[in-house]
Amino acid sequence: MSARANILARIRTRQGKAVTARAAERDTVAQHIAAHPQSPRPQVAADVVARFCDRALSLATTLDEVAAVADIPAAVARYLRDQGLAPAAVCWPEFADLDWRAQGLQVAAHPARSDDLVGITGAFCAIAETGTLMMLSGPQTPPATSLLPETHIAVLSRRRIVAGMEDGWGLLRAEHGALPRSVYFISGPSRTADIEQTVTLGAHGPYRVHLLLLP
Amino acid sequence: MHFKARAGAKLADVRLQGALKKLQGNFVKGRADRVAELDNFSDIRDAAAAIRDRALANLDVYLETFERNATARGAVVHWAETHDEVNRIVREIAAQHSVRKVIKSKSMVTEECGLNDALIAAGIEVVETDLGEYILQLAQEPPSHIVAPVVHKTRDEVSDLFAEKHQLSRKTDIPALCREAREQLRPHFLSADMGVSGANFVIAETGSTLIVTNEGNGRMVTTLPRVHVAITGIEKVVPTLEDVTTLLRLLPRHGTGQSITNYISLTTGVRGAGDLDGPEHFHVILVDAGRTKLIGGDMQEMLRCIRCGACMNHCPVYQSVGGHAYGWVYPGPMGSVLTPTYIGLENARDLPNAATLCNQCGVACPVKIPLPELLRKLRERQFEQGLKPWYEVAGLKAWGWLAQHPAWYSLMMRLQARALKLMANEQGMIRNLPFGGGWTDRRDLPAPEGRTFREMYGQRGK
Repeated sequence: MSARANILARIRTRQGKAVTARAAERDTVAQHIAAHPQSPRPQVAADVVARFCDRALSLATTLDEVAAVADIPAAVARYLRDQGLAPAAVCWPEFADLDWRAQGLQVAAHPARSDDLVGITGAFCAIAETGTLMMLSGPQTPPATSLLPETHIAVLSRRRIVAGMEDGWGLLRAEHGALPRSVYFISGPSRTADIEQTVTLGAHGPYRVHLLLLP
Repeated sequence: MHFKARAGAKLADVRLQGALKKLQGNFVKGRADRVAELDNFSDIRDAAAAIRDRALANLDVYLETFERNATARGAVVHWAETHDEVNRIVREIAAQHSVRKVIKSKSMVTEECGLNDALIAAGIEVVETDLGEYILQLAQEPPSHIVAPVVHKTRDEVSDLFAEKHQLSRKTDIPALCREAREQLRPHFLSADMGVSGANFVIAETGSTLIVTNEGNGRMVTTLPRVHVAITGIEKVVPTLEDVTTLLRLLPRHGTGQSITNYISLTTGVRGAGDLDGPEHFHVILVDAGRTKLIGGDMQEMLRCIRCGACMNHCPVYQSVGGHAYGWVYPGPMGSVLTPTYIGLENARDLPNAATLCNQCGVACPVKIPLPELLRKLRERQFEQGLKPWYEVAGLKAWGWLAQHPAWYSLMMRLQARALKLMANEQGMIRNLPFGGGWTDRRDLPAPEGRTFREMYGQRGK
């Protein structure tokens, strides 16, 4: 017998069940998955944008407001200048056509490589409860851009801020159906507390996460 | 060497005692603060326990569902009955893809298996990338905590270790040490052929594996190499995305005192059409290695465990001796239940007794595992299987006989009360009790007044 058969048989025997699962058992499982009911959630204030901003700041994410997509390059240039960072970045394809040069920025639209220091991305949506970005992998949304650079700048529309992770799953099911290869949630700059439980920002991922909030 | 002997050595280790002191402040207070953020914490905790029970009640069907959905997305699902089988499967996958270098994110299941040694023996380079695990790999030590693996080490020890192994100037501040590790590890991330991760959960609905990390190494391990292998226990299956969401509200709060970890990564299948990154090959290994021994019996509640570490953080015994005293991969109360059931009660004799049964662990557990209850059951089993030491058995037998013979019992008590009074000093304290050194070495025992309660009761009103 295969390891698979042995393990499944051991589970069933120990639970006092017949050798193979009955239709009723499969139905119970299928129904729960089809219904995917929510469990109790903590209350999140009605103003999800305020809640999101509050929590994001508490996780060492920084925030800026931009009035329109065309204003993104100016906001990026300002941030990089304030941080004393070089005016070069890589971005997701959706931002390739912005007028970066007018702001003195060198921005290339390819997935980040290890020597790229700033990565500019969008986000699928954001979770107000925890101040978290929900990101999907894909040809137009390469995950490396939010991971390898020391600075991650993300552009987020206020309209894409939802209360809890459950609402993020709801949006994903409605807009995409299946999950992409990777769904990842980002809550501030990477960090570690492995040495003497002292929180240190910038472990293997970005040292800085900066959000540009669009209306 | 058993727990008792190791614990004595750890108590005498001044450096370890210093390192352990920080644990209570950070993790215990952190959990309390983050739990207080949830207005309906007890409802969420009840729901989390129910979600784990739901998965375990139909475990085989949920596992098959996971396997079907993962396979449909191009993952290859393997099943392993033993630790050796896990190592064999990983070596085969590595050979199949001509893997020379493996990067790992933290995985306790691979610690169970001794996977690193098995790969190194096969001529494969293995690099741990979680900062804590990387430090331990350099120091050639096992982890002492399931979430904070180097909690037993001080910053000075890390400074010495890095200076020696990296051959760079000795850094003393923590951010500089972290940057040095980042710069050492980045080239490995980019050059590895295979990433090995654990999975905090696997999701039946979508066929996904999920890991929570703070450092970002987990994202790299699951994204950059061309082969990804996720290894996890069969009990880690969760039915739906909503169900895993509830568990994710509790895991970081109880593990590190965070409302959410920096990263939560769900991985489903292989690189999609047009994707510029992501592995071309994705393997999931579902591991039994003793877990089915807990199913269906009176210990099944232990399989709810989501490996947050709150039980050890809150345990007065763990806080005093650290994780290495427990002798195997899982320390603290959860380890004292898992180790004897995985590797045999006869190989872990002291562990069910390495607890005061104070129930701090039971109260702190996010999925309501009655840990003291389970430890008590293991103690009963030890007694039934004759695994208790002879003097304990003989002592209990003698006491049992006395308890059934009231006249003898009363005589013994009277003699004892008088003898103990004679041993007392001027303050009415016994400084040194024969056969009771364990008690009186560090504290005095107040002596009785010379007569038993029954004697005094018999004389009342006379």
